[in-house]
Amino acid sequence: MSADILELNQATIRFGGLTAVSELSLRIGSNELIGLIGPNGAGKTTAFNLITGVYQPTDGEIKFAGKPTAGTKPHDLTKVGIARTFQNIRLFGSLSVFDNVRVATQLHRSQGILDALWRGKGFRSAEKEVERQVLELLDIFDLGKLRDEEAKSLPYGDQRRLEIVRALATKPKLLLLDEPAAGMNPTEKEELMHLIKFIRDKFNIAIMLVEHDMKVVMGICQRIYVLEYGIKIAEGTPDDIQSNPKVIAAYLGTE
Amino acid sequence: MKSADGAKRWLLVGIALAVVASYFTPQFNRYYLGIAIDCGINIILAVSLNLINGHTGQFSLGHAGFMAVGGYTAAKFSLVFEAMVPDSLKPLLFVAALTLGGLIAALAGLGVGVPSLRLKGDYLAIVTLGFGEIIRVVVQNMESVGAASGLKNIPKWTTLGWTFALAAITIYAVASLVNSTYGRGFIAVSDDEVAASSMGINPVRYKVTAFVTGAFFAGIAGGLYAHHKQFLSPTGFDFLKSIDIVVMVILGGMGRTAGVVIAAIILTLLPEFLRQFADYRMIIYSLLIIGLMMARPQGLFTLSFKKKGAASV
Amino acid sequence: MEWFLQQLINGLALGSIYALIALGYTMVYGVLRFINFAHSDVLMLGAFSAYYVAPAIEKVLPLPSVLGALVIILISTLICAGIGMLIEFLAYRPLRNRPKLTVLITAIGVSLFIEFTCQHKSVFGADTKPFPQLLPATDFHVLGLIISSNDLLVVFITAILLTALWFIVQRTKMGTAMRAVSFNQQAAALMGVNINKIISFTFGLGSALAAIAGILYALKAPGIEPLMGVQPGLRAFVAAVLGGIGNLPGAALGGLLLGLLETFAGGISGLSNYRDGIAFAILILILLFKPAGLLGKATIEKV
Repeated sequence: MSADILELNQATIRFGGLTAVSELSLRIGSNELIGLIGPNGAGKTTAFNLITGVYQPTDGEIKFAGKPTAGTKPHDLTKVGIARTFQNIRLFGSLSVFDNVRVATQLHRSQGILDALWRGKGFRSAEKEVERQVLELLDIFDLGKLRDEEAKSLPYGDQRRLEIVRALATKPKLLLLDEPAAGMNPTEKEELMHLIKFIRDKFNIAIMLVEHDMKVVMGICQRIYVLEYGIKIAEGTPDDIQSNPKVIAAYLGTE
Repeated sequence: MKSADGAKRWLLVGIALAVVASYFTPQFNRYYLGIAIDCGINIILAVSLNLINGHTGQFSLGHAGFMAVGGYTAAKFSLVFEAMVPDSLKPLLFVAALTLGGLIAALAGLGVGVPSLRLKGDYLAIVTLGFGEIIRVVVQNMESVGAASGLKNIPKWTTLGWTFALAAITIYAVASLVNSTYGRGFIAVSDDEVAASSMGINPVRYKVTAFVTGAFFAGIAGGLYAHHKQFLSPTGFDFLKSIDIVVMVILGGMGRTAGVVIAAIILTLLPEFLRQFADYRMIIYSLLIIGLMMARPQGLFTLSFKKKGAASV
Repeated sequence: MEWFLQQLINGLALGSIYALIALGYTMVYGVLRFINFAHSDVLMLGAFSAYYVAPAIEKVLPLPSVLGALVIILISTLICAGIGMLIEFLAYRPLRNRPKLTVLITAIGVSLFIEFTCQHKSVFGADTKPFPQLLPATDFHVLGLIISSNDLLVVFITAILLTALWFIVQRTKMGTAMRAVSFNQQAAALMGVNINKIISFTFGLGSALAAIAGILYALKAPGIEPLMGVQPGLRAFVAAVLGGIGNLPGAALGGLLLGLLETFAGGISGLSNYRDGIAFAILILILLFKPAGLLGKATIEKV
């Protein structure tokens, strides 16, 4: 396995008296597909928010590509290669499908306000290049024909997919997916599993998945971390996790 | 995207029309000419505020403050240098005065924008309102710009041509900004700040840019206003003026450039039509605001058409 | 030292009035989460109610007198409570679930409507009117300080009203319901709280306080006119934000602080001309360092 892209060492965050995530250590290889599971309120999304810089850890350390991320703003972390989707889809509702993805490409461009005003030759060719890239990406995920639709008017499944495409447009090294299968039917879930594996292989990136659906997690993840009340209670391969008594107790409760 | 390449051509057409209009100006009735210039100035104000309030989703109640900064700066500059410059160079001096006014207003925009962007919604509204008031109080106490009695005898340099050329530039600038990949970030920030920042967009920088750009054009509008009315007084830039501009933006439909331009024109003409009801004018105006909010808060000119990849200008 | 004490007394009197007005802003913000711009006009209407009620009362009770003043204040307060509730019913209730921006602009519209209507010559007219002497006024000379009975009265009345308000909010069923609505409107509704009644009550209560503040302000001011509420209204709003909007003790504290700061700054020769700008300068500074205000709680945005 190649060098780790993400490393959490004893990362902890407290909100007032509540310790939402406690001394969480985990690591992800640069082309790994990892699952993060746990009952409701276990701190999975909070862990995502720590990794993406939305929250700063109270204690402990987070390293991305070998560098500590402390104090880095979310938008700067996106620039070094962390992208995410949200549990409750957060698209740019009033923008078109095309523009949702287009906006996500601008972080790697040097064109700023003056270029946009002057509209010189360099600017126009750069804009054409962006358009080409965005359409290519949309076509890969079968969203090309919807390019002019307003994002908020899309059906639910397409919105989920668009959010993933938008995240990929930032050219991430690590993609965090927050409950991508929520609200999907079994067929859609099946397609999603293929899609996630496809993304990992096609774009050669690491993916971390928060998911409630065990079939999805067990079906595609190489390794799984289990959280309960903010504490890591298990880690290992899907087989290890399925037979781990602590995990079973966390999900089903003990006598 | 398609309109992007043509945008500059439209700009040139607009400026050419303005110049032609300017040529025929002497034949115009002075009253109508004055109103036409008022329309142009209000278009600049409304379109520039639209970048802040409409596209970027911030809520500024201090646009008149930026206008005041630009107006006073430009007017003072002209008054100081007017006598030193030969007539043939006066247009250059005018351009310099307007530009300076815009730049100082942009600086003020930076000053307000940077600190207040940690605030949201109502809080931001009230801080920008406060900024407008502070500007007014400061001007009221500055002897060098006439303090409370106002700044008089500003040269009458604003023409229909200048006003509409600058209005065309403002519309072009805001529209082409928003229609670029870079500029879609303004709307992204307005739609969902958290998602925008997770897409590598720095929301603070975008908001400050919107404030600074908006303030720049408001400053230019202030300069045009100063050289049109030839007189500035602090009371002309009070809270009510800011509200006027906000209402134009809302009436036009937040974020719709064409609608905002039409709204600016309508709201400039409306008081003229209501002249015979002078006593009831402002009462009608306030009822209009309330009625608009109740019946069509999304603006008068927002038909439910879809916003395409290249938004209509 | 004398200068300091004198400013302290003047500042407390001014601050008390700000505090009374600020409470109205903060209460409405608490239940509806928007700035009721028309609040400052209710203050003005309070003063005008007293102005028009006073001659009628004078026929029955002697003026200036404590009893006469009390009756006039009571009647004006009731009128304004009614007006406040009416504004809510006509203008804000239809917009209950609309975006905040819509409501804010409507509130500005309502405020402008009241101001312009009252300025019309067939209503109050735009001129400044002398406010009647409701109370026998004397100046006490203590330790070289001049303390007017009006200033003492203002501080005294404010203290009583604050205590009463605290009692209403903390100890009565209505107050509990108010707090519930401000905490979570939907949940409160599900628990059987009549939301409309509570919001109406809140507007009534806030407007009543504004009316009293308006009369107290008028007693200190040279006269009354339809725009008299604008400046104290803005200051009081700043006070509410300063204390942490939605927070009742915060509004009282913010009002007092602002009154004191303004009076002290006004007493310093170089600054006195900038008095009108000081409130906002303070506001901006406070919000930079404590965006939630002095007593407000910072909220963490859930992602």
